[in-house]
Amino acid sequence: MRMKRVAAVAMMASLALSAAACGKEGTPAPSGGNASGGAQGDTCTTSGATFTPKGDANVAGSPTFDKIKSSGKVTVGVKFDQPNLGYKDAQGKRCGFDIEIAQYVASTLGVDPAKIEYKEIASANRETAIKGGEIDYYVGTYSITDKRKNDISFAGPYFIAGQDLLVRKDETTITGKDTLKGKKVCSATGSTPIQKVRDEGLTEPENIVEFKTYSECVSQLLDKKVDAVTTDDAILKGYAAQNPDELKVAGQPFSTEKYGIGLPKDDKALRDYVNDQIEAAAKDGTWQKIYDGTLGKSGSAGSPPALERY
Amino acid sequence: MGEFFRVLTDNWTLYRDGFTNTVQLFLIAAVGSLVLGTLLGAMRVSPVPALRASGATYVNIVRNTPLTLVFAFLVFGVPKLDVNIDYFDSACIALTVYTAAFVCEVIRSGVNTVGTGQAEAARALGMTFAQVLTLIVLPQALRAMVPPMMSVFIAMLKNTTIAAGFSVLEAGAIPSYMSERGEPQFAVLLWITIGFLILILPLVALQRFLERKWRVAR
Amino acid sequence: MSQASVLYDLPGPKARRRNAILGVASIVGIVALLAYVGWKFYETGQFEARKWEQFQYAAVQRELLAGLWATLKAAGIAAVLALLFGAIFASARLSDRWVLRAPATFVVELFRAIPLLILIFFGYYVPLQYGWAIDKLWALVIGLMLYNGSVLAEIFRAGINAVPYGQTEGAYAIGLRKNQVLRLILLPQAFRSMLPAIVSQLVVLLKDTALGFIITYPELLFVGKQIGGRLAFGLPYVPTYLIVGAIYIAICGLLSIFAWWLQRRLGRIPRTAGEVLPAQDAGEDAGRMI
Repeated sequence: MRMKRVAAVAMMASLALSAAACGKEGTPAPSGGNASGGAQGDTCTTSGATFTPKGDANVAGSPTFDKIKSSGKVTVGVKFDQPNLGYKDAQGKRCGFDIEIAQYVASTLGVDPAKIEYKEIASANRETAIKGGEIDYYVGTYSITDKRKNDISFAGPYFIAGQDLLVRKDETTITGKDTLKGKKVCSATGSTPIQKVRDEGLTEPENIVEFKTYSECVSQLLDKKVDAVTTDDAILKGYAAQNPDELKVAGQPFSTEKYGIGLPKDDKALRDYVNDQIEAAAKDGTWQKIYDGTLGKSGSAGSPPALERY
Repeated sequence: MGEFFRVLTDNWTLYRDGFTNTVQLFLIAAVGSLVLGTLLGAMRVSPVPALRASGATYVNIVRNTPLTLVFAFLVFGVPKLDVNIDYFDSACIALTVYTAAFVCEVIRSGVNTVGTGQAEAARALGMTFAQVLTLIVLPQALRAMVPPMMSVFIAMLKNTTIAAGFSVLEAGAIPSYMSERGEPQFAVLLWITIGFLILILPLVALQRFLERKWRVAR
Repeated sequence: MSQASVLYDLPGPKARRRNAILGVASIVGIVALLAYVGWKFYETGQFEARKWEQFQYAAVQRELLAGLWATLKAAGIAAVLALLFGAIFASARLSDRWVLRAPATFVVELFRAIPLLILIFFGYYVPLQYGWAIDKLWALVIGLMLYNGSVLAEIFRAGINAVPYGQTEGAYAIGLRKNQVLRLILLPQAFRSMLPAIVSQLVVLLKDTALGFIITYPELLFVGKQIGGRLAFGLPYVPTYLIVGAIYIAICGLLSIFAWWLQRRLGRIPRTAGEVLPAQDAGEDAGRMI
């Protein structure tokens, strides 16, 4: 008797699982009751730029490159929850400015972009992940700072952003960084923006809220549990573009964030090589094409910044 | 070695605040889960089938759900229902809701360790329900309950670290602050371990002592 | 619960009436509570099609299945390693030589006192600090193994100690060596009594894989957060967590039912010695299960 009951439960469970396994094919897209009219759907679209792997790629004296070459694949750290920058849609497809920069870099290293192994690394763990060799390089709104240069090195910058504030559409009191006192401010643990808020005392320490990722902060903002999300405008504009009816960006950047590609510290050969490639992409229009097809859709024009080699 | 001590002294306020919050979280959730758990335990040993069934359902659902999911639901799900709870309070509620299921089980099994004959004899003597409960059942059941109750609370103390993933600055959140400050993680984690050992070992010792003392009496 | 409880006699007519009234009142109360929660869900639009429709798509279901697979993979590997770890340290703790006993006792007590999350952090941050890339899966597995392995070691030890001493004495008397006593006499008897407790601990292990969420190991809960965090679908956290919760409850419930069934089954076999270590009823277990 009991045996039968257990078997029945097991069967029901497996039935439920197999029933779940056959769903609609295609891309989930929000329909009916879509409050955020005019929002972009959840589908990833690429800029259309194609990256063909360089067959003759060679970086003399780079241990990272040797590793990539011998294994034939490259492991890249990215973000997955930043629309138009580093995003993973419901289909599991990745897209965005950072993703395409990562793909471009992979192609110049002779690796087919389709063969990239992506790793989602939270902001707080980026240096550790590069230092430990968990990833070969990191492309994900990674600001170049002197402190980080102690642990890793940067190629780039390939983009310049500024710290800004994301607030609810009906917010009137928060307009810039000096209006944050007494407001709850959210950002990602270990990111430069939250350090700036802390160091400059923009709001009281007990009003600082930290989560692993920005999307968690945005959720808290919409739920009125925090009053502002702070990070780079490039990231925030993506969220605002996804939900223009409820979110807006304050639009008063109060810092300069230079995005670099995080590389292992002692691999100067690779750094110089990647810098050359970024420069080439800026010259031949690849950069612009990627930008217009991804980040540009968040609503602002952009142009490649000057490289800072070291 | 000097480096090891420097990690603590340089970041003393962070460690102090972290562990203060851990202890606060622990004490609030301990009281909360004791109250809720006792209520549920009473439901599970009550003569009313509906109460017994709902108590059992609660326990079975909660026991088979990861605590992390309870946290996630409270922090990301509940605000969607227009209920606004502070992060620290959410952590207290999550720990309370989760631990109460285990407290309930301890109480139920504690009551069940008392031989039926004991209560029957007491009733045969003409004792009322209150008398049976306070004079016969509880004194015996409590002895059986205290050691496992302590393991539940020791486990809860350790579980407070999960709040780190949900914007509560407690001991478990220290590593991510420290990686922001570029401190060597091994030393950081070792100090957290030492902190927990200081909190937990006396509890474990007390538990062992009570267990040994009362096992003989049983 | 069908037989008389400690607390009260079989109800008479009056008590039965009172219980019926209490029963109806509590059902009303519970239904009202659930209805309020349901209404709150409805009022805030949790049942809106937009929040649920992405679950109809194979892509999203595949995501959930991938998360489930990651969870089961971590749990499976960790379970095997934890059982090994437990067996090794339990036998060391049962050894006559203090050289083996003392360090094993230290290790088991230590890992039981450290929060699992901190153990996972050790597994994740420390190898990276020394430039050794470690997959998040292994960081999680190592943490789970150390903690659950230590608990299992205690279960094994308690199980073997629970076999009446006469068995050991008898075995020695017929000339068996220590190794043989353990292998031929104690283990077969202890194993049966330990099984339910072991399965319960494995349920705990399965549940604890959810901690991988905090080090962003892509397990079920992490996938749930990704799906729930999609702005375009109106941040469907509530539906997603309900689904994820149901999956966890189903899997852990199945394992729990298995443990319960095993206990019943083992309970019916005429015992030669040793009590079945109660998996559900001993209070101690409640502490272990958490």
